[in-house]
Amino acid sequence: MDSIQSLIKTLADQHGRKRESLLPIMQAIVEREKYLSEYSMVEIAREVDIPASEVYGTATFYSFIETKPAGRYIIRICKTITCAMKGKNQVLFAIQDMLKIKLGETTPDKRFSLLETNCLGWCHKAPAMLINNEVYTELTPEKVRDILTSYMKKNGQN
Amino acid sequence: MANSHQLKRVDFIFRNENDWEKVLSSTIKRKPAELINELISSELKGRGGAGFPTGLKWKLTAEEKSDEKYIICNADEGEPGTFKDREILSRVPYKVLTAMAVCGYVTGAKRGFIYLRGEYKFLEPELNKAIDEFKYYCKEINFDFTISIFMGSGAYICGEETALLESMEGRRGEPRNKPPFPSQNGYKGKPTIINNVETLVHTFTIFKYGAKKFYDLGVQYSRGTKLFSVSGDTPKPGIYELELGMSLQDFVYEFGDGDTKAVQVGGASGFLVPRKKFKDAAIGFKGKLTGISLPTGGSMMLFNSSRSMFNVLDNYLEFFREESCGQCTPCRVGCQQLLLGIKAVKRGEKPASYLDKLIRLTETMQLTAKCGLGQSVANSFSSIVENFREEMIY
Repeated sequence: MDSIQSLIKTLADQHGRKRESLLPIMQAIVEREKYLSEYSMVEIAREVDIPASEVYGTATFYSFIETKPAGRYIIRICKTITCAMKGKNQVLFAIQDMLKIKLGETTPDKRFSLLETNCLGWCHKAPAMLINNEVYTELTPEKVRDILTSYMKKNGQN
Repeated sequence: MANSHQLKRVDFIFRNENDWEKVLSSTIKRKPAELINELISSELKGRGGAGFPTGLKWKLTAEEKSDEKYIICNADEGEPGTFKDREILSRVPYKVLTAMAVCGYVTGAKRGFIYLRGEYKFLEPELNKAIDEFKYYCKEINFDFTISIFMGSGAYICGEETALLESMEGRRGEPRNKPPFPSQNGYKGKPTIINNVETLVHTFTIFKYGAKKFYDLGVQYSRGTKLFSVSGDTPKPGIYELELGMSLQDFVYEFGDGDTKAVQVGGASGFLVPRKKFKDAAIGFKGKLTGISLPTGGSMMLFNSSRSMFNVLDNYLEFFREESCGQCTPCRVGCQQLLLGIKAVKRGEKPASYLDKLIRLTETMQLTAKCGLGQSVANSFSSIVENFREEMIY
């Protein structure tokens, strides 16, 4: 049994082999692996005993369930109206410039993925972004460079 | 208005009260029917945006005969410009938990869930701590009610109550046909109450201070207070608890930057009100308010004269196009065509009269879309296009 298989088995034991457990199981896998592979979907289907197509259908509905390999740190920058008005593009350019990737891409060292997302609920402190589950608000190009630098250092230590 | 009166600030929701244990233990000593009547007489309406009378919702589920019932706190706060629920859950989680438990007592449910949007996952550890402490107290007073968190995963539509249920059941978050309503046929087919976070906190206030205290605030048909999430071109963005029924003119007087061109009330699915209509617009649920009355989940986005309303509409439509679940054709195709349409008009590829065709398309969506998402695109679309037509064209 490979590590994904045993992870899925453990998660199914923990959440139960029911349809209602599907989302929590998928979320836990994404939390650890950063994405849900087709292989994982088939394994979940086997473990929970539902058609793989149903797992795929559910997984691809949710924007936080990545189905393509992603970096260790997923940057999600809010593009909805207030953030767009308050300088989201400048922040985005600063990130792209620093990481040398475009939207939807992952750095070659698999550290960072860059995505846009819809309203994060920080309009009063726009612009905002998430890095994994961490929130960063009132961003400026300078501030975002500092934040990314600290993540790069963090990565270096591991 | 020359002598514009100050907005009535209120402080119920975030008031620091450490007596939730007392509120819970004393409330569950009262009869369920009495509590429902108290809620009904307070005239509290749902604070998520739709404004369904809360007392009636509880009553309908309480009357259902079922071995299992569920209480769900809807914390899938995704409407652009809304951020009040996050603040409630991080500052006064005990009020939410207490209200859920009381709701469980009233309706006969033993199980509650908080459906928390994926974007708020950072709240989970603290919230779980509060839930643990709450659980401990329930055990102490021998009260059987269990609450747990269900995490969402980044889908706006899951804030729609039946889409939320689908999501919790492990499916795509596609809204169901109504009826049957969740009050009879909800989570796993059992009677279920789905209340917004803020609505639940208001029930806490009502059970603690009595319905009259709540009812005396606000205006006819729109009783009580409401949290407003204020953002955009304003010198003081943030969350404010205000009495319902205020005029938009007063609101802009307080929160505007002196150059407010328009206010978006109720988020992307709400209405845009231009400057010339501020004094005729009041914030509250339908009824005898002067002029237009605007129901709202509390999102107030201000735009000043430096903003292009074309860009605003373009941003909303892109939002809807992405967040439409794709299940029903009017919404799936409609959102795409609206976005393509306004761009084509802007580029001069379509005549200005094409905008009227697009407005008719939103009317069709309003009539035929399956849920509130597709139905409400018409609100912002027609209010922007009708009031700022020239900005759409040139």
